[in-house]
Amino acid sequence: MMNALHADAGPTPPPVLEMRALEREFTRKPVLAERLLGLLGRQIDIPVLKAVRSVDLSVHEGEVLGLVGESGCGKSTLGRMLTGITSPSRGELDYNGKPVTELSGQALRDFTLDVQMIFQDPYASLNPRQKVGDILAEPLRVHRITRSETETRKRVDEALREVGLDVSYRDRYPHQFSGGQRQRIGIARALIVEPRFLVCDEPIAALDVSIQAQVINLFLDLRRRRNLTYLFISHDLSVVRHIADRVAIMYLGQIVELAPAARLFAEPAHPYTRTLLEQIPSVRNRKRKFHAVKGEIPSPLKPPSGCAFHPRCAFATDRCRAEAPLPRDLTETHRVSCHLFDNN
Amino acid sequence: MSDPAIIQPITDTPQRRAILRRLRRRPSVKGSLIALLIIVVTGLLLPSLALQNPYDLSSFSVMDSRLPPGAESFDGQVFLLGTDQQGRDMLSAILYGMRVSLMVGLISTAVALVIGICVGLTAAVLGGRIETLLMRIVDFILGFPTILVALVMLAMIGRGVDKVIFAIVVVQWANYARIMRSTALSERRKEYVEAAFNLGYSRPRVMFRHIMPNSLNAVLVVATVQIASAITLEATLSFLGVGVPVTEPSLGLLVASGFDYLMSGDYWISFYPGVALLLLIFSLNLVGDRLRTALDPKRS
Ligand SMILES: Nc1ncnc2c1ncn2[C@@H]1O[C@H](COP(=O)(O)OP(=O)(O)OP(=O)(O)O)[C@@H](O)[C@H]1O
Ligand code: SF4
Ligand SMILES: [Mg+2]
Repeated sequence: MMNALHADAGPTPPPVLEMRALEREFTRKPVLAERLLGLLGRQIDIPVLKAVRSVDLSVHEGEVLGLVGESGCGKSTLGRMLTGITSPSRGELDYNGKPVTELSGQALRDFTLDVQMIFQDPYASLNPRQKVGDILAEPLRVHRITRSETETRKRVDEALREVGLDVSYRDRYPHQFSGGQRQRIGIARALIVEPRFLVCDEPIAALDVSIQAQVINLFLDLRRRRNLTYLFISHDLSVVRHIADRVAIMYLGQIVELAPAARLFAEPAHPYTRTLLEQIPSVRNRKRKFHAVKGEIPSPLKPPSGCAFHPRCAFATDRCRAEAPLPRDLTETHRVSCHLFDNN
Repeated sequence: MSDPAIIQPITDTPQRRAILRRLRRRPSVKGSLIALLIIVVTGLLLPSLALQNPYDLSSFSVMDSRLPPGAESFDGQVFLLGTDQQGRDMLSAILYGMRVSLMVGLISTAVALVIGICVGLTAAVLGGRIETLLMRIVDFILGFPTILVALVMLAMIGRGVDKVIFAIVVVQWANYARIMRSTALSERRKEYVEAAFNLGYSRPRVMFRHIMPNSLNAVLVVATVQIASAITLEATLSFLGVGVPVTEPSLGLLVASGFDYLMSGDYWISFYPGVALLLLIFSLNLVGDRLRTALDPKRS
């Protein structure tokens, strides 16, 4: 569907990453009592948490795709699946047009290194017992990317400079740095293996407001210089507005709206997107009281029937409570899952 | 790219140095460290300076049997802590016995520690059936009373310093495995471990280079305390007559050998080895306890 856009421009390159009906569930192991009941032939119900439910999404070369949703909606789980840290429960993930489950040898190594993750917590994402220089040199040594120690050292220094850190920081430990500096070290570690794709999981959420803009600018800089593709995760639409080309809105494990950033901010379709947008303090509604989306976030253990958003939706009808809306294309690039748009 | 916001790192002191500094500052730790040092030095070195070699039957004589502390032998030696029923100088016997006890405690703890760390790490990182199997074994071993298992085992394989060490390792590695697994599990969930897998590092590399160094604190603190309990266990087993052989008496065996004479007033044969054992265990515990407080990250 997205590919229709490029149809006139000759053969379209496959998306860098393509998700088809991708799902991830979490369960716990049965406890002893449950296992005994199971042995006795009794049916045991262990709750299944659907963190990501049937996601179809492609990311194209060179774009920044923003992924926005409330806490616990499955953004990190989706991002982790793209990097291979977490494996999907169902569905398919293609890298360069090939299912990642079929990759092996060199191709698997390429996928692993090409798709790198920037983590949310700069305090947990660096090994506290390694010096910064070793953190950055380890991937080079493990994958024999460099031929000699002098070359390794040169690459480490380059990486430090690229993210705006002093080369003398090589010999220090992570705990000697501030959050923003650590986040830069984490970015340098990802960049040193020359990835094509960065999954940035709320990379600035844990930073001081004064540092956030600097790190955002670093991401924009790197994108220009290295032609990187990003999946940029955030719970805050105003952050994504600065950086994303397209935005996907996630609610309770599903993508409910997908549109180019400009269109999404100008003409949001899904009621959830609209409420999210109303929360952004702007010049127009600066005086309005800041409020979160009304209603409680439902538990992903027991998602509501029909449209998962219906308990909080001002437009909910009986149909919404009974029947889950299917994704519909409003335009070639704007897709939404909501019954309001069914008979347009 | 230049960045005006480059800030100098906050501090220059590695954690480890701070811990050592905190350890040294505490006077009670200083005391027990010194006591421990003296015990270890005398236990390991002084036997060569002792009056006689208690393992060498020709170096003492039954003529000097059960002399009280301070008594003189028929050839003019002074027995500061008296002699036992075979005419052995108690001071020499204690020094040699301390060496046996310390050796058993240190070696068995070290071996059990290594096994426990490897098993716990493997269980935490591999998960699944392997984890279930390993932890079942751990639960099984920890489910029995330590002394009983060691006793039965030694009754089957016989006495000997190596066999006592083996028995202690068998009953103690499971402790370390359990602790190691739980700390490694919580480390495993941290993002730097995910980053390591994301960078394509092999599982053994992530296990030993990343998870292990960050999970050792807890298990090492427990190990310092466990040295004392390994020594206690050895003493108990020897006291019960299944531990070290009579030819290489440890402190526990010395206490046992004097036990029959306690009632007849020859207290020193049991008493002084007992005091030595007590001092040894007490100072080991004290140091272990202080180490735990010093390593506690919440105090820094
Ligand atoms: N390893 C796991 N085991 C069990 N449940 C998990 C696991 N990881 C995530 N979950 C659950 O899956 C759901 C989605 O989690 P996820 O971390 O992907 O959300 P998120 O959108 O990133 O939230 P946040 O904004 O708080 O980071 C949550 O309910 C979470 O509790
Ligand atoms: S489908 Fe119904 S409940 Fe769901 S968002 Fe649309 S209008 Fe609201
Ligand atoms: Mg998250």
